[in-house]
Amino acid sequence: MTPSRDLRRASKHLLAGLLGPPGPEVTCEECFANLDVYVEHELAGADADGLVPWMRAHLEGCPACAEEHDSLRDLIASQIGGRI
Amino acid sequence: MGYPAGSVLVMEEAPPVTSVDREAEGRRWIAALRGAGAEREVAAATLHAMLLRAARFELGRRRAMLAGASRETIDDLAMQSADDALSAILTKLDTYRFESRFTTWAYKFAILEAAVRTRRRAWERRELPMDPQDWSTLPARALDPVEDVEMRERMRAIVHAIQTELSPHQREVLSALVLADVPIDVLAERLGTTRGALYKTLHDARRKLRTSIGADDDAIT
Repeated sequence: MTPSRDLRRASKHLLAGLLGPPGPEVTCEECFANLDVYVEHELAGADADGLVPWMRAHLEGCPACAEEHDSLRDLIASQIGGRI
Repeated sequence: MGYPAGSVLVMEEAPPVTSVDREAEGRRWIAALRGAGAEREVAAATLHAMLLRAARFELGRRRAMLAGASRETIDDLAMQSADDALSAILTKLDTYRFESRFTTWAYKFAILEAAVRTRRRAWERRELPMDPQDWSTLPARALDPVEDVEMRERMRAIVHAIQTELSPHQREVLSALVLADVPIDVLAERLGTTRGALYKTLHDARRKLRTSIGADDDAIT
């Protein structure tokens, strides 16, 4: 990747961090409370964002919740695939 | 081991596919964990073993943050995470709503415990950058000096809003979380507050910045 593209990516990352996602979000507590249901709907190909509105926005704005979401999703996916 | 049909171990091996199965599975787990004697011990031990695997899964994903940690240390972190996750689950059984598999609900506690421990360990000997950042250097730090004129102007407007619209606490939180990438639970612990309260501060600061630069509904593209 060229330095210019690196800088542009860093700039977007910084902007996203400073401004966060537009619109409403769930709180960290609401995110954790709904994480299991949300992940199962995602993995089933169902409408997770319709089920838990504003969850996606929070996952875009909160790196810690996003990490935990990704981990739970991947753990359950690996379990479904028989890898755990 | 030979547990009878319907035991928690059998449930672990046969993922239910219907909401009826899911609820039945959850009710068996809860009945066993609230039971007495050997049934409760077996259920708790089975769940603990599952939580330990989930904690190890999480710690494995965060290997880079645990660089230098011995195998023993990582095993300890996994065990502490599973222990605390099990304790949290046992006190929060009433909050399980049968809307997901019981095991999925339980795993999130192990993931949380392991993730928080990893982040705290990675920052345990690091000073937090609590001094106010020199916000005026932000556009130059992040942007190509020749290209991205529009983004540079936007960044200048944001910096102005940071300096004029945000409270000192909001600036401190924004600086630590966004510029220094301090994990939110690490910052919460150091400031003696909660992750939720800190995120609200961050969220309110972001709303002020968006309003100030006229970008209330803009996605970052």
